[in-house]
Amino acid sequence: MTSNIVLIIFITSLATYLSRFLGVVSSEKIKENSKLFKWFNCLAYSTLAALIARIIFFPSGALSETDYLIRFIVIFISILIFYFTKKNLVYPTILSAIMLSLLNSFLG
Amino acid sequence: MINLKYYFKGLFSIKGINSPALALGASFIAIGALLKNLGFTIQESIFSTFLTYALPGSLVMAESMLIGASIINIFLAVWLVNARLYPMTVSLMPLLMHKNQPKWKYYFSCHFIAVSAWLIMKSNYKEIKKEHRIDFWMGIGTATWSVAIFSTMLGYFAANFLNKDMMIGLAIVNPIYFMCMMIGAMKTLQVTISIILGAILGPLFYFLSPEWCILYGGFLAGTIAFFIGEQNDK
Repeated sequence: MTSNIVLIIFITSLATYLSRFLGVVSSEKIKENSKLFKWFNCLAYSTLAALIARIIFFPSGALSETDYLIRFIVIFISILIFYFTKKNLVYPTILSAIMLSLLNSFLG
Repeated sequence: MINLKYYFKGLFSIKGINSPALALGASFIAIGALLKNLGFTIQESIFSTFLTYALPGSLVMAESMLIGASIINIFLAVWLVNARLYPMTVSLMPLLMHKNQPKWKYYFSCHFIAVSAWLIMKSNYKEIKKEHRIDFWMGIGTATWSVAIFSTMLGYFAANFLNKDMMIGLAIVNPIYFMCMMIGAMKTLQVTISIILGAILGPLFYFLSPEWCILYGGFLAGTIAFFIGEQNDK
């Protein structure tokens, strides 16, 4: 089993490094003022947003055990806290964890 | 070789009130606990974060192992979920490349490309002269990577004390942190449209293909945002 785990770790890291490596290879030919660079910049932000939205809407693991409604209430309040605290990142982050844990254990 | 002044500047940039250390820590604590429950030893858990250092990839690895997926399937599933690192690398490295810097730095430090370090670099690079940006980046990368490795250890040892509700609390920290950080990054029309459209299209494409939804949704959203931005620039 153990050697199997080590192999899986290697495979996972290889599959991850591949995209980073190919990214550097491509970067050598792309100028930062070019349209291609701007397009990739859009793709990076949109793909990240898609990933985060997917984690929130269709979570796997521990989050999937929470109710949709509870999750959306927590997200909505977190965004409000973010704006009310002049875009502080720590308050919404900590409070979201506390809110979700409490709401889930009392209502879930 | 490495300009230490800029390296340390990057290293210490994760201090401070808006540090990603908290969000990063919380999610890797969860990973550490998860890996322990999967039967990993402490060395294997550390090794995993050390070598992969990409949260969704580690989660997919864990899920694939639970269902007993083959090595090829694990490779494909991880590659697919981490393919977003390609556009992230291409939209970062040209900002850091300088003829006076050796190439190995870029191929080595691309390992640090993950959401947290990437977002910090994207919002700070203009303050650093181009020649020194790669050293600054290596500092940020070392710091975020170390937090991830340390938190994996912490999670591994704390696994027995973490109940279900605490794991759920830890799991929401990462998406909330990055959601807020993305909202904070919406400063140009192109980036704003990219983020909003990506957040809508990603989940929508889930109904077509759960595996490919991030790439399909992200590709379409980013391309539309690019053209809208270009039209408005003229």
